[in-house]
Order: sequence, then structure tokens, then C-alpha cells
Amino acid sequence: MPRARGSGIIVALLAAASAPLVLMYVFLVIETVGEAPPGQLLPDGFTLENWRFLWEDLPGKANIWAVTLNTFIFASATTVIVLAVSSTAGYALSRINLPFRAYFLAGVLVLHAFPTVTLIIAIFLVLQMIGLYNTLTGVILVKASLELPLGIWIMKGFYDTVPWEIEMAGVQDGASRFTVWRRLILPQVTPGILALGVFSFLAGWSEFILPQVLAPDNKVQVLSVYLAGLIADDYDLNFALFKSIGLFYVIPVVILYLFFQDKLMNIYGGGTKG
Amino acid sequence: MRILIENFTKRFGADTVIDAMNLEVADGEMLALLGPSGCGKSTTLFAVCGLHVVDDGRILFGDEDVTGWSPQRRNVGVVFQSYALYPHMNVFDNVAFPLQVKREPGPAIRRRVSEITAMLEIEHLLERLPAHLSGGQQQRVALARALIRRPGVLLLDEPLANLDARLRLDMRSEIRRLQRETGITAILVTHDQVEAMSMCDRIAIMDRGHVHQIASPADMYRNPVSTFVAGFLGNPPIAFLSGRVRGGRFWLDGSTAGIDLPGGCEALEDGREIRLGVRPEHVRPADSGPLSGKVSFVETHGRENLYDVTLNGGQVLRSIQPVRGDIAPGQTVHCRLDTDKLLVFDREGTRL
Repeated sequence: MPRARGSGIIVALLAAASAPLVLMYVFLVIETVGEAPPGQLLPDGFTLENWRFLWEDLPGKANIWAVTLNTFIFASATTVIVLAVSSTAGYALSRINLPFRAYFLAGVLVLHAFPTVTLIIAIFLVLQMIGLYNTLTGVILVKASLELPLGIWIMKGFYDTVPWEIEMAGVQDGASRFTVWRRLILPQVTPGILALGVFSFLAGWSEFILPQVLAPDNKVQVLSVYLAGLIADDYDLNFALFKSIGLFYVIPVVILYLFFQDKLMNIYGGGTKG
Repeated sequence: MRILIENFTKRFGADTVIDAMNLEVADGEMLALLGPSGCGKSTTLFAVCGLHVVDDGRILFGDEDVTGWSPQRRNVGVVFQSYALYPHMNVFDNVAFPLQVKREPGPAIRRRVSEITAMLEIEHLLERLPAHLSGGQQQRVALARALIRRPGVLLLDEPLANLDARLRLDMRSEIRRLQRETGITAILVTHDQVEAMSMCDRIAIMDRGHVHQIASPADMYRNPVSTFVAGFLGNPPIAFLSGRVRGGRFWLDGSTAGIDLPGGCEALEDGREIRLGVRPEHVRPADSGPLSGKVSFVETHGRENLYDVTLNGGQVLRSIQPVRGDIAPGQTVHCRLDTDKLLVFDREGTRL
């Protein structure tokens, strides 16, 4: 079977090429639970010492579970806001004859192109003035609004592929414009909603700079800020601990990818397949 | 329900697409809006169902002025060219949707759906998604959805355009049967004259936003008001000959052949330029005569043959004849025309 051997060779080559990457991941896991004397590569003992942050608070740091919950609230709330606003705003921009529609679309695109960092000082001042500095609500609102331009554009693209006739038929069948949107049009864009939801959740989960600047306090800390706090202290560096928490931080992301990877592909192939 | 369109005007920006159109569809009648693409027939349809805002004029259902009514309030059933079935719902939900929106009770909806799907012979497809239906089945589902609310008016926008030829024949009679059975007033928009003639009680033929003629199919075929109408109806199409009147007869341009004019046209003044419309079935071969030419093209239709005859002087006449083997391209033939069936138009195309 020359064909099977041919593909076997290709697989072997690919395996060799990706081996360093795989090895690094394996070592990441091993080092969090292994005891190795300095200078030695392979561990000679097993320890959960580096995972102790799960059951006891590290000195001067917040409780890991509270921080995880904060991160989860932060990412989910951002996602909910982004989905709610994008799915309605995208529809309006795609279908309803609004005044200044073209300018609005162009404006949204400009906002998307704007780098977040340039805005951060202004946002900091605004939050401080309205009393939302160092609160989850404040940083959620900021993150959601920065994610919105992309979300609105993606959803508008999905709505654009839904045939007008479906909408006309719905109106003709006696349904209000809102019912048409909810029962006829929204189901056609579910691939977009799902993909956008996963994207915003991951963006929220991995966001660092906004919480770091706008909500650094222990009570409202998220995982990325907690992690950064660990290596801020130059005198007491513990790489194994840092790796363990990093691993803990990335687990939800991996799980999300495992469940949704086929749905994520859909973001390029939306629309009705009727 | 009677539909009355009065002085209907539609503009898109600065373009007046339809200018002061008048049309009446009688209760229980099926009327075809026939015309080339871009003539405003779909625009008229969308105005009747309420998707287009009327710029001027009125639309009445029965004696009720519905001009300002929303599409939801008008109770009009529409079948779109693409059928516009809801892709994520199965056949049952598609058909039931108009009643679900009205919040009718579940058992009543189920009863009505089984009634209407039985009438359209799709009751075995209720669980299927539109993607798993053939074109003809999708068409039937679209019809069922349009009819389930017992609308006063049924509008069909090119309903057969997406079907293959054989299915088109079936659906033609099927739609007509349904319309008769329900006694619903219907408007059919089409660019296909065969559909319009075979399905409808009357035809309104449109061109560039104007209705040229409204008449029954047979009447319109026999008595077209203009060359546009005469040319649009009939397959194979009518042939036009141009020439002048002299001594009460028609003299073909570029030829010495004289043709008798039908009754009522002898009084036309000498030297007037006119066009003569000759349908293919009114051209017969003759042994001799002044009208002669070369057979330039033969097309086999099975039972009949279509012959193009290029007359002396270059104008072309079409003739349809029972299949015969004795005429070949290139041969010279003589023709005789059925004088009283000839259609006489002036130079601008208006019937005389």
C-alpha cells in the first residue's frame, strides 16, 4: 500500500516538526507537579506543593476562587452585553433604513481600529469621576463597549446574507417586525451568535490591561492581574507556582475550544443553507 | 374580494416607475400582470400587499381603502418567486406560522394545517425541513402558507419561474384549481405569456409603468391594441411587415406585392405608412400569387413545423404548418394570408 506509506511519512514529518511544541506543553504540566533539584531536567519526586494556591491563600494575595469567580463574571457579563447589543444593532444596520446609517457604519469601523491603550487614561478618569473605578461593573462596561464594534460588524455581515424575502414573507404572514426578527431572522444567524459569544468570552477571559488599570484591587481582581502580581515581586520568584496558576488559568479556554471548535469555523460560513 | 387600484403612482427617488395606474380585479377573478422585466408589475404587486408605500393614489379591497394599512393588517397571501420558506422550521411550522402569530389555539391550528395540507397533497411531508423538499413541494408549501389564513387576496410573484418545464405544467393547473376551489381573488405576476394566457381570467399587459390593455386571453390575442401587445402574446411570435397603403391595398416595402387589407381598413388614405401584423397560423402556402419568398429557416416542433420565409424585399414572414416533407430551406414558395385575420397598425404601433 504505497499510499498509506506516503501519508505515514507525512504524518511522521509533521510529528517531528511539532515535537518541540508538544514537549514544551508536557514539561509545563510535569514541572507543576514534579520536584527537581536545581540544574536537573527530569524531576525525581511528586509534589502538589505548587498547587497549594487552590486550598490556601498565598501571602498578600486574594483568594484564588474569588478571583476565578471575578474573571468568570467579567467574561460572561461582557459576552452577554456584546451579544445583546450586536445582535440587535447588527440587524438594525443591516435592514432598517436609519438616518446616517452609512456614517454610523463608518464610525463603528473607526472605533474598531482605535487602539485600546490610547484611550485608557481618559477611561480611567471617566470611571473615577462616575465612581466606577475599582469595580467589576466599570471594567465590564469598558470591555464590552470596546468589543462592540467588531461584534456589530460581524453580526451585520451575517444578517446581510439572510434573504429579504424571508422577512417580507414574515411580515405578510402577519408577524410584527420584532417577531420576524426573533422567530425568523435570528435563527438564521445562530452560527454568528455562537461564534461571537465564544470569541467575546475568550477575549474577556484573557483581558489584562483593562482590569490591571481600572480594577486592580484585590476584591475585584481577575486571574490575569493576579498572575501578573505574582511576578511583580522580584525577590520572591517561584516559577513553578507561576506555571501552575497559568495552567489553571488556561484550562477553561482549552475546554471551550474543545466544545466549540466546529462552531468557531462557522464564523466564515454564515447565512442560510436552505 | 374586489381589488381596485386608483391612480397608483410609485416613485423611486426621482424616477417615476408607475404613473397613475388604474386597475380593477373582480371578486373571485384571477388576473395576470404580464410584461417584460422592469415594467413595474412586481412593484404593483408589492403595493397591493403593502410592502411598498404608495406615493399617490389609492388601493381598495372591497370598498375599504387599505392604502395606509400595514402589510400585517391587509390579510393578503403572497407566494414569492423564491418561495421564502423559513429554513429552520419544518413544513408544519412553516404552514402554521401565520396562525401561530395570531395566537390561535393549538388544536385549531393543527386542524387547519391538516385541512390545507391535504388540499395541497403535502400532508405526508409535515416533518420535513424545506431543504429536503423538491422545488414542486416547496411551491406547494408556500401556497399552503399563503392560503392558511383564508386571505381575501392571493398574490403570486412569478411562482413558476424556478420549476422545470414538466413541473411547471402541473403547477399551472394546480394553482388554477386551488384558486377556483377557494374562490379567492388572485393576481399573478409573470413575464411568460403562456402562463398568463393559460391560468388567468384576464390579462393586464404592462410596459414601462403603463397598462397597455386589459382583456381576456382570447380577446387580447385576437384584438391587440398595439404592436407591443401583439408581439408579446403568441408563440411562435407574430411577424410584422411594413409598407404603404395605395388604392385600398397594402404594398410591401421593397417589393411589388400587394396585399388585401381586412374589412374596415380600405378607407385608409393613399401613401400612409402602416405595419401589418401576421400570425404564423394565418400564413398558408399557395401554388401561385404575388407574395413569394425563400424559405430561410425550418424549425421542427414535432406535430408542426415553423417556417421562416424571407420575402422578396427582405422582410420575414413566419408560418406554422403541419409537418410536411416537401419544403426545404432555400426553396422558393408562394404564400396566401387570411385577410380578415390580419392586424393593421400605424407607424407608431397603435392598432387601426
